[in-house]
Amino acid sequence: MDKVLEAINLNKSFTDPVEFQVLKNINFSVNRGEFLSLMGKSGSGKSTLLYLLSTMDTAYEGQVIVNGQLLTGMNQDQLSSFRNEHIGFVFQFHFLLPEFSCLENVMIPAMKLKKWSMKEIEQRALAKLELLGVADQAYKLASRLSGGQQQRVAIARALINDPALIMGDEPTGNLDSHNSQNVQEIFRDLANKQQQTIIAVTHDAEFARNTDRIIELSDGEILK
Amino acid sequence: MINRLNIRIARTHLLAKKKQTTVAALGVTFGIAMFIYMISVMTGVNALLEDTMLMNTPHIRLYNDVTAERPALIDSYYPGDSLMKIIYHQRPKQSKRNIKGATQILSRLKADKSVAAVSAQVNSQVFYNYGPVQLNGTIAGVDILAEDVFFDLQSKMKAGHISELSANRDGLIMGIGLAKKLNIKKGDRVTVSTPSGGLQAFKVVGIFKTAVGAIDDQKSYANTESVQKILEEDSRYFTEIQIKLKDINLANPYAQMLRKQYGYEAQDWETANATILQSFVIRNVMTVIVAGTLLVVAGFGIYNIMNMTIYNKMRDIAILKATGFAGSDIKGIFMTQSVIIGLLGGSLGLIFGYIFSYLTSKAPFDGGDVLSIDTFPVNMDYRFYILGMVFGVVTTALAAYFPSRKAAKIDPVNILRG
Repeated sequence: MDKVLEAINLNKSFTDPVEFQVLKNINFSVNRGEFLSLMGKSGSGKSTLLYLLSTMDTAYEGQVIVNGQLLTGMNQDQLSSFRNEHIGFVFQFHFLLPEFSCLENVMIPAMKLKKWSMKEIEQRALAKLELLGVADQAYKLASRLSGGQQQRVAIARALINDPALIMGDEPTGNLDSHNSQNVQEIFRDLANKQQQTIIAVTHDAEFARNTDRIIELSDGEILK
Repeated sequence: MINRLNIRIARTHLLAKKKQTTVAALGVTFGIAMFIYMISVMTGVNALLEDTMLMNTPHIRLYNDVTAERPALIDSYYPGDSLMKIIYHQRPKQSKRNIKGATQILSRLKADKSVAAVSAQVNSQVFYNYGPVQLNGTIAGVDILAEDVFFDLQSKMKAGHISELSANRDGLIMGIGLAKKLNIKKGDRVTVSTPSGGLQAFKVVGIFKTAVGAIDDQKSYANTESVQKILEEDSRYFTEIQIKLKDINLANPYAQMLRKQYGYEAQDWETANATILQSFVIRNVMTVIVAGTLLVVAGFGIYNIMNMTIYNKMRDIAILKATGFAGSDIKGIFMTQSVIIGLLGGSLGLIFGYIFSYLTSKAPFDGGDVLSIDTFPVNMDYRFYILGMVFGVVTTALAAYFPSRKAAKIDPVNILRG
């Protein structure tokens, strides 16, 4: 199988306030088109691992390889541009830019990538919003939307550049059961039809049961 | 990095906080407007004073200086310190004050391409006798039409016309202060005596006023020939050559060249008016300091506002970085915001500066006897506006640089993980 992500011997410690090893010898790989959930109690290191895999956190030992490219050791700007193209991220809290409309929020990463024309970007963004059922909110300011709506706009933003890897820190945490269901189906579709890989941190056992694989963390180690 | 996307983001940020943007821009507006206004008025005053100065000083005066040092006769025969020589009361040598070969110098200068005009005159100390009153002063034997080319004499005539001097061989145009002291009016006759004993009656055909006391109270103009006559000299006797250059800024080097070439003292207008020119420099420095202070204050205002904006936007910056923006993009976004503030505030400042300067230039101002102006002197040079704009943008860019650099270094993980 085609590996889209490989984690090799990942170790990470916090030194503040006391020395504490949050990740211990993490080794695993994820195949293209896989829908994976990361589970574990709070403090087990699952979010830390996700941020580390997402390339935003660079203070670790070991190696991260995405799409066959070694990301460990790249500088911040290189990582930014890599994330822009290859990794879509859904944060635990919605995190939209409040002064911009929803449509603009979705468009901005694509405008940064410059792979498509403005017209195409707008059409794509509208399609993504449609997919998540918030197309009617497209021209409203992001700060005017409810939490659940914002969360769905944020997911649309993560999808805009067709990234190989989509990561979510509790992506359905703010959604009601109906919308949560909907998002899960979207992720499932993306994985099956477009061979995009989804890694989601979740507390929701229901959500996890619908994924291809569950990796469970406890005290910084993967439980087999 | 500045590109369309970053500018678009910067614009949205600015428009979302219109009040804050306006306050920041007004700081720059005030600084630039004051800069434009002050520099326009200051240089206007400077230009007026320079004009007034040049009204009475030729670009270069070439004359025979009386104080030229002369070795004692015994020193030239027994040079060195081998003998003890004591000379009591050595007097200056009896010598004529004229420039020898003045006519040749004159024709050579006339042929020089960098010289605009040149005229020779004969000056002397004299006594003006009118009834019982006897006043000392100077008389200048001139070609009155050439003098008019140099100093626009006609515009300073309070009575009579300069052409009347050419028509009257023994005519005299007198300074207004001198005329008042002697109680002389146009048409009166006055007797002029020289230190060497020459004596002649002149008819006052005009009265002039330069507004410079030292000139008005002392000087009269007469025809060259009549002054040469009372000095009992021939028609080649000239004591001073006045030179007007095409480029006024070359006066100093040209004067040095003349000094070397002819051996006479050559004084350029800058040396003659060194103190006044020094005051120009001081005024300019003051202008720059005051305007600079205002801009620095505006700059600190922008620095504060940018710092606060960036603090408030930490989360947005983290999102942008997470979704693919590099540190240089973030820097570009905030620098753009600041430069837009600078451009907006600066343009408004230029407009206000222009309005203030224009209104001042139309405000009535009584120059009195000293200055021939009716309104405030204001120099509306377009270059000040370019300079003002550059200052405004540079100040705001500098003020935003450090906050923007800080923003570029924000680590998204710490903020997004909360």
